[in-house]
Amino acid sequence: MSGQTAPSLLLNDEQQMLSKTAHQFIRDRAPVARIRTLRDSKDETGFSRELWSEMAELGWLGLQIPEPYDGMGLGFFDLCVVLEQSGRELMPEPFVSTLLLGTQALLLGGTDAQKKALLPGIASGETIVTLGYEEAGSHGDVSKVATTARKSATGFELSGEKLQVLDGHLAERIIVSATTSGSGYTLFLIDPAHSGVTITRQFRIDGLNAAIVQLDAVPVGRDDIIGEIGGGAVLLEAVFDRAAVGLSAQMLGAAEQAFADTINYIKEREQFGVPIGSFQALQHRAVSVYTELVLTRSVVLAAARAIDDAPDDVPRLASLAKAIASETFKHAAKEAIQMHGGIGVTDEHDIGFYIKRAQATYMTFGKPSHHRQRWAELHGY
Amino acid sequence: MSDLNAFREEARAWVRENAPEALRGTSGSGPFEGYWGGAKCEQTDPDLLRWRDLGIEKGWTAPSWPKQYGGAGLSHAHEEIIHAEMKAIGVPRPVAGQGLAMFGPVLLEYGNDAQRAAHLPGIARGEVRWCQGYSEPNAGSDLASLQLKAERDGDEFVLNGQKVWTSHANLSDWIYCLTRTDPNAPKKQMGISVILADLNTPGITVKRIDLISGYSPFCETFFDDVRVPVGNLVGKENEGWTIAKAILGHERSSIGRSIARQPGSAQREVVGRARKHLGVAEGVIPDPLLRDEIAALGMLEEAFHLTLARIQQSAASGTPGSEASITKIVGTDLKQMRFELGMKVAGADGLGWEGPGFDEDDLQYTRDWLRSRASTIEGGSSEIQKNIVSKRVLGLPEGKK
Ligand SMILES: Cc1cc2nc3c(=O)[nH]c(=O)nc-3n(C[C@H](O)[C@H](O)[C@H](O)COP(=O)(O)OP(=O)(O)OC[C@H]3O[C@@H](n4cnc5c(N)ncnc54)[C@H](O)[C@@H]3O)c2cc1C
Repeated sequence: MSGQTAPSLLLNDEQQMLSKTAHQFIRDRAPVARIRTLRDSKDETGFSRELWSEMAELGWLGLQIPEPYDGMGLGFFDLCVVLEQSGRELMPEPFVSTLLLGTQALLLGGTDAQKKALLPGIASGETIVTLGYEEAGSHGDVSKVATTARKSATGFELSGEKLQVLDGHLAERIIVSATTSGSGYTLFLIDPAHSGVTITRQFRIDGLNAAIVQLDAVPVGRDDIIGEIGGGAVLLEAVFDRAAVGLSAQMLGAAEQAFADTINYIKEREQFGVPIGSFQALQHRAVSVYTELVLTRSVVLAAARAIDDAPDDVPRLASLAKAIASETFKHAAKEAIQMHGGIGVTDEHDIGFYIKRAQATYMTFGKPSHHRQRWAELHGY
Repeated sequence: MSDLNAFREEARAWVRENAPEALRGTSGSGPFEGYWGGAKCEQTDPDLLRWRDLGIEKGWTAPSWPKQYGGAGLSHAHEEIIHAEMKAIGVPRPVAGQGLAMFGPVLLEYGNDAQRAAHLPGIARGEVRWCQGYSEPNAGSDLASLQLKAERDGDEFVLNGQKVWTSHANLSDWIYCLTRTDPNAPKKQMGISVILADLNTPGITVKRIDLISGYSPFCETFFDDVRVPVGNLVGKENEGWTIAKAILGHERSSIGRSIARQPGSAQREVVGRARKHLGVAEGVIPDPLLRDEIAALGMLEEAFHLTLARIQQSAASGTPGSEASITKIVGTDLKQMRFELGMKVAGADGLGWEGPGFDEDDLQYTRDWLRSRASTIEGGSSEIQKNIVSKRVLGLPEGKK
């Protein structure tokens, strides 16, 4: 807390109501077992368009989108309330690609025309917008951009390859980073229907959908630049901070659910004639996970609040939230499997999905060591 | 809520107007920092004494106690605000110690009118210092197996036995004791009574204990045919365990909070020591692995403070979260992590016990590091805390006894 008084870390009445409604809806309509069904049926979409539309109708997709672009005009904090609940059942719907990457890039760097063109469709659930940054050999360092943007008569021509682009297989628009000569890199909005774009679907452990996006001299106009030429690094850092906080909210929900399922299990499962939850070796480890969850909730709420109210605090608090949520989720997921015993490592049981998602989220938007290093730099040591 | 917001303004104004300059930024404003008082107190710092007097006058040494007992008759939410405002500028509370943080609140709840009138004002004014007679050589974690005998003899109880770890018994005026009044009770938690004793009573002997860190305020307290009036019994005879647990509850949350100090101070302290002992290269501490560890400490510290704030906010809004039970576990972990890192960065400079070749700050730090090892034992060990959270918060079944 750099300021003297702590930010408000409580949900107001509307937010509590939103949290409850979302919890109920998601538990009833989107149970985690869907991940298995979608995987085994090789579903072409990889998530449910119907659910996504229903959530749009409930207003959840446009919570943070300003009213002029057909959103509700609320805060990022409100969005995090829904994200937390979506994390509980590891929903594979395009929250991260569209609401965190695409929407935040547009809100932070987009022109009015770009926002008008895309945000209303995002709020209504029709438009999927994603952002591609991972490349072969970038190893999490997004400043290593091999994709190039060469100047052309009408704008630029993009060539290169982005990997694991979330929901790239059916996005209407993909934002990509590409180096612009002598000025670092820049974010461009591309239409995958354009010639020169090849999309190849990828399958990951965590049930999120991804694709390889190959660009071969793809023409983009000047209207398709997001932010400033050469301003990609600054813009992407700000987008990632928000995305990291939103993802941390999902991780919090997911870790909470894995923990709750585990506590229920160890209360019921009996060995040696007693519930295994009566063994102190398990109890104390359960308490360790619980205390981490309590701490994680505090940092996630503080970081989400800062995005709305205290922009100067966002970099430190985003790093704080992402580092802590990553470690907590991973810990909760590992303990969840161990405490379930053998059934915990079978594909038949749902608990195993949590460690897969934990690993993926751990590695997304900076792993904890990256954020600790950044934290140290921000604190001058 | 708006009433509380208005009060926050008032509290802020009063604290900022009255707190002595010299005390600002010196304290985490925890319940155990600052002026402890009592008849044997030798405190002469004029700022501490002036701050004490201002606090007494306003009733803000014990804001939530009734006015007749030296308080200000405010709610707990108001009290939290006052303490938060003191913490915001780093001044200690005007009076601190066990009487205010632990014994007083419980006497207020369980004592009779005569006991409240006799003891609370002295605590609120910092005139009487109290210590805790709980642990015994054979009753540590398993406190309920305690054996200090109290036998009824006419209008008196006669006490025989020993307490240990009685913090500050040598500097205190009174002791609240857990005693065994019914040795034949069917359960060990029954047959325990809370009895108060003036430490000047004949038959009480106090002996100080040295710790691995050297001098300590902890004592052994021996009772040899000590006679106290029956009026010193708090609550009902043989039903003292409930009261004992209530006091332990206050102790736990107080320890968690007193560890809190100022947000960011643990990180600053370790960074300062790292710079002192390892130097600075290109503006940073020249060891990336240590930097990573310090950042992990700084992050845990911030998470802990945000959690304390969140607990405080939800308590103020009338929905106390079960999260309060973790403050001791996390707070003491954080404290030990801070000292371990602070020692690590000092290397061999941190190995001095006393004498030449070591600087004063390092010598003191090393003693404090040693003392920090007790934080996960005192006030109920971390293992015992985990048992409690496991049962009360997670609802896990108890093991076979
Ligand atoms: C510096 C200091 C100050 C203190 N101040 C006071 C004071 O002011 N007043 C007072 O009355 N007491 C005080 N105490 C006593 C303190 O409360 C006890 O030391 C503490 O409760 C542990 O008891 P013990 O030392 O007998 O250890 P034991 O109970 O013997 O415990 C030894 C180890 O076994 C573990 N253990 C014990 N039972 C269990 C269990 N059921 N499950 C898992 N693990 C278990 C403990 O966690 C510990 O690690 C103080 C102690 C210290 C060190």
